[in-house]
Amino acid sequence: MTPSRLAFAAILGKDLRSELRTLQSLPAMALFAVTAFVIFRFGLDRTSLSGSLAAGVLWATLLFAAVLGINRLFVAEREEGGFDAIRLAPIDRSVLFAAKVAALLVYLLALELVAVPIFALFFLSSAAALGPLIAVLLLADLGLAATGTLISSMAVNSRARDLLVPLVLLPLVVPMMIAATGATEPLMALGGPSYHRFGSWLMVLGLYDLIFGLVGYAVFDFLLED
Amino acid sequence: MAAAGPAIAVAGLRRDYGDRPALEGVGFELPAGETLLVLGPNGAGKTTLLRILATLLRPSGGEARVLGCSLPREAWKLRGRIGYLGHEPLLYRDLSGRENLRFQARLHGLRGEPAEARIAELLAAAGMERRADERVAELSAGMRQRLAICRCVLHEPDLLLLDEPDSNLDAEGRELARGLIGPGVGRTRVLVTHDPERFLPEADRVLRLGIGETAVVS
Repeated sequence: MTPSRLAFAAILGKDLRSELRTLQSLPAMALFAVTAFVIFRFGLDRTSLSGSLAAGVLWATLLFAAVLGINRLFVAEREEGGFDAIRLAPIDRSVLFAAKVAALLVYLLALELVAVPIFALFFLSSAAALGPLIAVLLLADLGLAATGTLISSMAVNSRARDLLVPLVLLPLVVPMMIAATGATEPLMALGGPSYHRFGSWLMVLGLYDLIFGLVGYAVFDFLLED
Repeated sequence: MAAAGPAIAVAGLRRDYGDRPALEGVGFELPAGETLLVLGPNGAGKTTLLRILATLLRPSGGEARVLGCSLPREAWKLRGRIGYLGHEPLLYRDLSGRENLRFQARLHGLRGEPAEARIAELLAAAGMERRADERVAELSAGMRQRLAICRCVLHEPDLLLLDEPDSNLDAEGRELARGLIGPGVGRTRVLVTHDPERFLPEADRVLRLGIGETAVVS
C-alpha cells in the first residue's frame, strides 16, 4: 500500500493546484458572500449589527457561500475519471475523504479571509470580536468540511447534484449552525465581547466535528463502490 | 508477486444493471503472459467484463480470480497490480500531462528521482516529451490517449486491461503504443476491440461475447 501521507499530499496538492489554475470555486464563494453582505446592509437598512442578528447574518452567508464550493468538490473526479484512477491505486480510500476535507477546509479559510473583514467593515463597530471568533470559525469549518465532503461525494453521481447538496446538507448542519451562532452571539454583543457559554458552544462544535469526521471515515469507502 | 495457476480464472460471471443483465455466464482461463482478445457487438458486456476484472465493478454472480485474488473479496490486494486503459483517459484536464503522471506516480507510492525518471522514460516512449507540460484540456484526443497509455503502465502492472487501446491514435501513435502495451511487453493482457483484424495476430485466446448468448472461448 502507498503510504497514506503521500497519497493525501498528492490529492490535496492536485485539488489546490487545479483551483489556483482555474479559479472555479473560490471567487464565486467570495463574490457570493460579499454580495450577500451588501444585500443585508441595504435590506436591513442598518450600518451596525450586534448579538444574534450579527451572528445570524455572518453564519447564514458563510454557509450558503460554502455550498457553492461543496457542490464542485468532486466534479473533477466524476467528469475526468479521477474516481477510477484513485480506486485503481493501492491506497486506503479514506485518504480521498481526508484530502477532500482538507481541500474544502482551505477553501473555507480563504473565503473567511475575505468575507469576515468585509463583514466587520460593514456591520461591526469594533474588531474586538474577531480574535475569539477565529476559534469558532475553525471548529465550524472542520464540521462543515467533513459534512460537506460526505454529502458532495454522495450527490456527485446524481444529475440533480446542485439541488441535492443543499437539500441534504442544510438539515444536517443545523446543529452546527446553532452552536456556531450560539458561540458568536456573545462575542458580538453590544458593549463588547462576552464569553457567556462560549466554551460550551465550542465543545458542541468539537463534538459535531468528531461525529461527522468519524461517520465520513467509516462510510466513505462504501460510497465509492459502484 | 506471482499468482499460482492462471492469471485470470472466471466462471459463470454475471453482472446486472437493475433488472437488465449486462454480462451472463462468462467463463475462461488465461495463463500468465498470454493475451486474451475480447470481441463482441456493442452492448455485449465487453467493457463491463473489463471493469469487473479491474475491480471497478462488483460482479452480480459467478466467480473471478485475478492474479490469485478472489473478486470482489480480495480486490484491495490487486490495486496497484493492474494497468487499466478504459474509454476515459483518467486524466485531469486542468493539469499538464507531466503533472497527471506525477499525481498517478504518487498514488502508486513512486516519488522523487525514480518517479521523474520513469515519467520521462514513458513520455519519450509515447512521443510526448514536447507536449508534456501543456494542460490536458489543450491536447488532442490522440495525445490524451498516448498519455493515458503512459498512466496505464506507469506503475509497471502485472496485468493490462485494455479497452480499445488504439482509439484516436494515428499510425505513429499506434506504433509507439505497441512498444508500451503491445505483445512484446511480456505482461498478461486482456484486450477489448472492435478491430479483430488488427489484434488477432497478437492474441493467444479469443473470447466472443454475444447479446443473450453464451460466451465462447477459442
